[in-house]
Amino acid sequence: MKWLALSIMCLFGAFLFYVEVDMPEYGDPEAAANLHVSPYYIHESFQETGTPNIVTAILADYRAYDTLGETIVIFTAGLACLLLLGRSKRDDSKVQGPHR
Amino acid sequence: MFQILLTHYPYYLSTVLIVIGVWGMLAKHNLMKKVIGMNIFQTAIILLFISSSVKFGATVPTVDTGLGSANAAFYVNPLPHVLMLTAIVVMVATNGVAFAILLLIYRRYRTLDEEEILRRMRE
Amino acid sequence: MIAKYKDLIVSLACRLMAPFVFLFGLYVTMFGHYGPGGGFQGGTIMASGVILMRLSLGRQATIKKFPLEFGPIVGAIGLLIYAGTGLVSLLAGGEYLDYAYLPIPSTSGTERQYLGILFVEVGVALGVFGVLLSIFDSLTKE
Repeated sequence: MKWLALSIMCLFGAFLFYVEVDMPEYGDPEAAANLHVSPYYIHESFQETGTPNIVTAILADYRAYDTLGETIVIFTAGLACLLLLGRSKRDDSKVQGPHR
Repeated sequence: MFQILLTHYPYYLSTVLIVIGVWGMLAKHNLMKKVIGMNIFQTAIILLFISSSVKFGATVPTVDTGLGSANAAFYVNPLPHVLMLTAIVVMVATNGVAFAILLLIYRRYRTLDEEEILRRMRE
Repeated sequence: MIAKYKDLIVSLACRLMAPFVFLFGLYVTMFGHYGPGGGFQGGTIMASGVILMRLSLGRQATIKKFPLEFGPIVGAIGLLIYAGTGLVSLLAGGEYLDYAYLPIPSTSGTERQYLGILFVEVGVALGVFGVLLSIFDSLTKE
């Protein structure tokens, strides 16, 4: 089982190495990821929202609906943990045994 | 060949971490080690995204009154930072649910080894 | 059941540090407009301050200040603040989560966006704090 997993991972790693040759250079200002929407955010966010921090302005103003979905995801994970394990009772030292 | 390695080195290092994480999830028998492999995998993905947003000679994405907001080459690309913020908190929540399930398995079967659990389930 | 940590130096140092960690979490949440920070970061730091208190002082001593029902209730209140801000914008005539329609008197256009971002970040911080505290309380139940 371990040799099978190792060979699959080596193939996967070699495939990823081969594909990553086409990614843009590290630190390139003209890369495709830096061109379409992000200059609009950098130019307009201070005039429209009055917030110097661009990351907070994007997270809470331009993409507020996605942040609402993420907060619901975190709340659901906490709810699942509560349902699996049960809430803690106020006084754990008075737990009764099964009645005969 | 060596030139490509010099200009793309963060992506290759993140890929090595991804492969280590997924191998840990597949090949280890202890359930806790699988959860740690999942953690390594998620951290490597976050590193890959953040390292693709770097521009040489640029500063943090907070509008500085001295620099102004006219030239977009002065600030690092802010979009991958935004996406990875929520990814980090989702990582913590996933770990919480994984530990809850591991606790329940341990209370029922008294072991955390995968083959031992399968053997005790068949009895 | 978590008991008090037996070593004296560790217990004293954690007891000194925990209120400052909580205060730093509040600072990071409120100053998310001007520097790195915001809702997710501040909520995590606040939760780690309370968890440090629970680990070092034991559960019996911290129940008076942060009772066991605190986690789920505060998390739900945070999520209600976030969704409620969007609902107020919807009832005032705009779209959901459009901060220009918030009915706050005597403010201009960009100040409404500023205040809307502040409300939303406080809601996210309370939600993350409540969820992390409730996960810790369930995992260390008995």
